[in-house]
Amino acid sequence: MIVHVGSVLYSYTGDRPSVEAKGTTLGAVIDDLERRFPGLRFRIVDEQDQVRQHMNVFVGGRPTRDLKARVKADEEIHILQALSGG
Amino acid sequence: MPKKQASLLIGTIKGGFVLDAGPGRRSWKIRGPFQFGQVVNDFRLDPRDGRTLLLSATGGHLGPTIYRSTNRGRTWTEAKRPPKYGKGRKAARGEQKDTRGLAVESCFWLGPGHVDEPGVWYVGTAPSGMFRSTDGGLSWRPVKGWNEGKSWGKWNLGGNNVTPGGAIQHSIEIDPRDRKHMYTSLSVGGTFESFDQGKSWAPLNRGVAKIFPGGSPDYGHDPHCMIIHPADPDVLYQQNHCGFYRMQRDATEEWARVGRKMPKKIGDIGFPVVGHPTDADTVWTFPMDGTQKWPRTSVDGKPAVYKTENGGRSWQRKDKGLPRKNGWYTVLRQAMCADDDQRRTGVYFGTTGGDVWASRDGADSWNRIAEGLPRVFSVRHAVFR
Repeated sequence: MIVHVGSVLYSYTGDRPSVEAKGTTLGAVIDDLERRFPGLRFRIVDEQDQVRQHMNVFVGGRPTRDLKARVKADEEIHILQALSGG
Repeated sequence: MPKKQASLLIGTIKGGFVLDAGPGRRSWKIRGPFQFGQVVNDFRLDPRDGRTLLLSATGGHLGPTIYRSTNRGRTWTEAKRPPKYGKGRKAARGEQKDTRGLAVESCFWLGPGHVDEPGVWYVGTAPSGMFRSTDGGLSWRPVKGWNEGKSWGKWNLGGNNVTPGGAIQHSIEIDPRDRKHMYTSLSVGGTFESFDQGKSWAPLNRGVAKIFPGGSPDYGHDPHCMIIHPADPDVLYQQNHCGFYRMQRDATEEWARVGRKMPKKIGDIGFPVVGHPTDADTVWTFPMDGTQKWPRTSVDGKPAVYKTENGGRSWQRKDKGLPRKNGWYTVLRQAMCADDDQRRTGVYFGTTGGDVWASRDGADSWNRIAEGLPRVFSVRHAVFR
C-alpha cells in the first residue's frame, strides 16, 4: 500500500512524501517502514508503543491511534504532523 | 577554518547555532542553524577529543533524539538508539514508582563523562531520567540506578515536565578524580550524589531552603543548576530556586547560602552558575527578579552579572556595556558559561530574547555578539581541535 508522510518525516524517507509498505495492521506497516527507513518508527510511536501525541494517523481516511488497526491492501495511510505553536 | 577554533555552541528553541571566535575573541562569526525547526535544549562539544558535537533535539511532533557531528557541524547523524524508558505501566500522578511506562519527552542536559572514559556521555531528561552512552552518543541506555531506583517516585515530586521548566534532570557532574563519584540535580526534587557511578544515590540537600513547607528535609528542593567547581572538585555551588549556595564537600554535607551577601534589592534568585577555570572562590551568576509574581527577569530591567572572588562572602555587580534600562533579560541554566583563559576569562550568556553577550575580561565589560536569535536555551564554550 501507499503511505503518505508529513514533511517532518521526509528526512527519514529520503525526501519522499509517499512510500510503499506492507502489513495487515498499522503496527506491521510501521514496522515495515522501520526496516526500510531506520529511525522512522520512533518518530511516530514512543517507547510505550503509543502514537506520539502530535502525530495523526489515518487508515483509509479513518483517524486511528491503534497499532492493531486492520489495514486493507488497497487502502492508503497518511501519517501527518499536527501543526501548532510559534 | 583554523586548526584550533574557540566557539560558542548556542541551543535555541528553533535549532542550534555556532559562534566562531575571531582573533583575540574580538569578533564572532555565526554558523547555522543546525537541526532547524527542532527545540535544542543543549549543544556540546566533547572536551576530550575536541571533535564530537552532540545536540539534543526535540521535534514538536517527533519526540526527542540526539544528533552527532564529527566535522564541526557539516553533517549530522541521529542516534541509532535515542534515550528510551523501559516498558511498564504508567501510573496515576503521585503513584509513579519509577520511569517504566513513561515516554521521554525531552533530552534536556548533555554532560560528557569522565576524562578517562572517552565516548561516555550522560543525558538528563524530562520526565526526570538519566541515560548513558558509551559510544559517543550513538546509543543510549538507562542509568537504572536512577531511572528504576527505589527512591525515584519519592524524590520526583512531579511537575509539568515542559522544558526548560518542570521536573527535569540536569547538572550531571562527574568528579574529575573519580569516575564513580557523580552528582545530579532534579528540579522539584533536589541534588543527589552517587559513589558507585549511578548504581545508588543519596540526597545532598541539607541547608537548602525549600519552596513548600513540610515534607522531608532531605529532598523536595529545587536546584536550577549545580556545578563541581572546575578549579577544585571539593567545592560545589548551586543556583537554586531558593537562593545561591556553596558547599565545601570534603568538610561538610551542608549547603551555605552565600547568596545572602548579594544586595537585598537584587536577591539571589536565578538559573545559571559558572565557575572560574582556576580559582575556586570565583563564580559568576545572573540574578533575576524573584519577588511576588516571580518574573525572573533582570531586576528593574537593568541586567547585570554578579561575581564573587571570595566564595560568596562579597559580590560585585558587573554591568558595563549592558543596557542601562529596558533590558528585561532571562538567562536560563545552560545559557551562561566561561572559557578557560585564566587571566582574562571570557564569560558569555544568552537570553530568552535571542541575544548573546560576551565579556573578554571576566565580566568587567560586555559586548553583544549576536542578536535576533530564537529563544536561547544553552550557551556552551567549545574548543575545536
